[in-house]
Amino acid sequence: MKYTYYPGCSVKATANLYQESIDSVMPSFGVELEELEDWNCCGATAYMSVKELMSFAISARNLAMAEKFHRDVVTPCSACYLVLNKTNHYFNDYPDMRKKLGIALEAGGLSYSGNIRVRHLLDVMVNDVGFEKISEAATSKLEGLNIAPYYGCQIVRPFYYGCGACSDSEDAFDDPDDPICMDRLIEATGATSVKYSMKTKCCGSSLMGTEEKQALKLCRGLLADAENNGAHCIVTICPLCQMNLDIYQPKVNSLFGTKFNIPVIYFTQLIGLAMGKKPEELGLNKLAVKMTEPMKQILQGA
Amino acid sequence: MSERIGVYVCHCGTNIAGKVDIDKVVEFAKGLDDVTLVREYKFMCSDPGQSLIQKDIEDGLINRVVVASCSPLMHEKTFRNVCTRGGLNEYLFAMANIREQCSWVHVDEAQTTEKAKDLIEASVRRVALQVPLTKREVPINPQTLVIGGGIAGIQAALDLADAGKKVILIEKEPSIGGHMAKFDKTFPTLDCSACILTPKMVSVGQHENIELLSWSEVEDISGYVGNFNIKIRKKARYVDAELCNGCGACWEKCPGTRVPRKGNVHEKLSLGPTTSIYMPFMQAVPAIPVIDTETCIRFKNGKCGICAAVCERNAIKYDMEDEIVEFEVGNIILATGFQTFDPEPVKRYGYGRFDNVMTAIEFEIMNCASGNTGGKILMADGKEPKSIGIVHCVGSRDKHYNEYCSRVCCMYALKYSHLIKEKIDAEVYEFYIDLRCFGKGYEEFYDRLLGEDVRFVRGKVAEVTEVPIEEAEKGKLVVEVEDTLVGMVRRIPLDMVVLCTGLEAHESLPDVAGLCSVSIGKDGFVIEKHPKLGPVATATDGVFIAGCCQSPKDIPDTVAQASAASSAVLSMITREKIEIESATASVDEDKCSGCKLCNSLCPYLAIKYDEEKGVSVVNEALCKGCGTCAAGCPSNAISAKHFEDRQIFAEIKGILSA
Repeated sequence: MKYTYYPGCSVKATANLYQESIDSVMPSFGVELEELEDWNCCGATAYMSVKELMSFAISARNLAMAEKFHRDVVTPCSACYLVLNKTNHYFNDYPDMRKKLGIALEAGGLSYSGNIRVRHLLDVMVNDVGFEKISEAATSKLEGLNIAPYYGCQIVRPFYYGCGACSDSEDAFDDPDDPICMDRLIEATGATSVKYSMKTKCCGSSLMGTEEKQALKLCRGLLADAENNGAHCIVTICPLCQMNLDIYQPKVNSLFGTKFNIPVIYFTQLIGLAMGKKPEELGLNKLAVKMTEPMKQILQGA
Repeated sequence: MSERIGVYVCHCGTNIAGKVDIDKVVEFAKGLDDVTLVREYKFMCSDPGQSLIQKDIEDGLINRVVVASCSPLMHEKTFRNVCTRGGLNEYLFAMANIREQCSWVHVDEAQTTEKAKDLIEASVRRVALQVPLTKREVPINPQTLVIGGGIAGIQAALDLADAGKKVILIEKEPSIGGHMAKFDKTFPTLDCSACILTPKMVSVGQHENIELLSWSEVEDISGYVGNFNIKIRKKARYVDAELCNGCGACWEKCPGTRVPRKGNVHEKLSLGPTTSIYMPFMQAVPAIPVIDTETCIRFKNGKCGICAAVCERNAIKYDMEDEIVEFEVGNIILATGFQTFDPEPVKRYGYGRFDNVMTAIEFEIMNCASGNTGGKILMADGKEPKSIGIVHCVGSRDKHYNEYCSRVCCMYALKYSHLIKEKIDAEVYEFYIDLRCFGKGYEEFYDRLLGEDVRFVRGKVAEVTEVPIEEAEKGKLVVEVEDTLVGMVRRIPLDMVVLCTGLEAHESLPDVAGLCSVSIGKDGFVIEKHPKLGPVATATDGVFIAGCCQSPKDIPDTVAQASAASSAVLSMITREKIEIESATASVDEDKCSGCKLCNSLCPYLAIKYDEEKGVSVVNEALCKGCGTCAAGCPSNAISAKHFEDRQIFAEIKGILSA
């Protein structure tokens, strides 16, 4: 299974531990990620509200370059996933926008027909690889490990329904209110998925840079709900979610007087652990909140 | 013999004359073949206008008529009547629509005039080939079928029965009464629902002109206006209606459980007994219990039999079977009512996950004095809630579910606020998008509520969650909502949340509508004959609609529509006979190969295959002259009267001649 890989800026920098685990794990499942040459930043979700046309144009550049390979574009980042999908949607559903973007692309010697499907790496793992193969690869039993699957707010929303927000409802791969695919993925590794209400709630995202206290409040809610439901750790699929919950966890504690100590890892790291890979190989040594004793015991007991 | 065609051009005030050069059109029409006279008039539909035509016919000047005016939908009937009065067969008339299809929709005067000429030439050429057709009449059976025993069906049945007409009222539940029987109070007057409904139910049960078939379903409908044949399945009650006196000994001793009992107050909400043999509620009509075979121990393993043992009248019959009964009726009133939206798929509101998130109908039953909380408002654990949130527009005004407004929710939500304040004085929040208090006394009721310390928050609820952030939220249901008047997101901790679930057409409607050849719109409700001018009729003659099968509506509107439907039926019955369309299809038996393609094409089920002759035959009473069969027939054996090929080709030639 070969895909055009759009890594996004985060995994090349702050979230390089995510990339390390992807590199380590994906080949075992026959997932070949060929990085798109000369890709550029998608503009993230923030740029869109500042300069809409510009944001769509730079994002469309990536899609235009990817089109010649006639493969799905896969990204590990929820923000990239959202922005690229939204660009597709605006390009395909608004003739005026399509025209403007066409002119912008032409200036760069590119053209785009709107036929590239953008998918999240989680979608590829659960739908193309499948739970069965993940379960087979999970030789190290993670029994006893309680994991809170954290989907974040971007992956299933708004690109769900055939609701007009999305011209191609095939883009949707889970229920927007109650996604369960990561729960099933966790079960496939032998661990237990924790049921909790906040699994699609926002972590504060880039608010951390502007309204830090508000973002920390959101993180506190998430961490509290995971902890109250007995989670040993949180598994995430988005670099920004991981960073906010992990790096800012001490700050949450100092601001609100809480004592959270919950490691926040990527789903690819979880799969790697289940496959018996060494934590360093998966970038787990780079976590701000280190793996806790109970977690280590479960992993070593395996 | 050449025809003598009269062409009458209408000005329609300035509607046509403002854009079409009438003089030029008249000159043009005079030059057409077979046209013997052309007249113009300011309003052809007026009395003097009509007289012009009538006089020309009577004087023997013309034997065909073309009126160039508005749409046939508007005045075809008017001018056909003029022909009849003048002594001319009405099918020798044609209408050229030079208003809706011409003067109203074009800008350039010269071009509009040219188009008017083309349209007139088309009608002239067509009318020359039209042939006289005779109108036929069929008698109307004075008996009426009413499907559905809610307030709509009850009202319609009583109106007809009181007028001395026989009615067959069928209801799929064990008792009539419908949703209204589940309500405690009705908005905005707060009169007791049972008090105003029960007398009507009793009247239905006792009326000599009403044959009530509860616990029954329509099996088949065939025939046509005035002469429908109905097959009804009377489901087995397992209780002999003749013997039972409704004493209640059976359900008092029944060990079976129809409504789950798990020690949670909300899980056994029911108006009647929760046992396997039950009456749906205590004022049921007929007051005869029914056995729920799904949960009855006797039906599951044959081991019980207590109800039969305790019944002093030996009315319990475990071997009872479904029975098919047949009737002939002249008209049908559909009153299948509604069901409420199932909020479970709206996961963010937590219905099914949280004990104290309830639907409106559950809350309604809980409030009802004859319900098993005795009308007390209780949380699942049996305690009284201190605060209740009412969430509007659940499944209504939402493109993911139903786009339409359910029309009743705002008002019943306000009623709930009042009942809560009156009964337990809890804190009440109404979370609304808009408050639609449009009916008589409704705005006044809202105004009254504003003075009863009810908190109104304008905003669509984002979520109901049990995850606390603040200390005060612990152990509560937290409603997260954007208060669009304050301009901020609020989190409001509450003990109980009521979801104002919208109204949907009943799930049984598509089947019943299919049997009556009535169409369902994309919103799931029956399409009426005309949204403004034909709200109780349908495209199928003799089939009328009342209540929520047409659209969501409250009790006053439902009753009004039910009475309107029954009066429409009475008007049909009083006529005794009905004219049926002459422009029907006919099969040329020599050409018909008997392929039966038309049998399945016909939307009115008017074509049947004659086994003996080996050809298809059109039942003219059922045929609407739609022409589908004529278009579909592979051997050109079917022709549609008044829409013959030669007539249509002549019309096309007329259009294209310029």
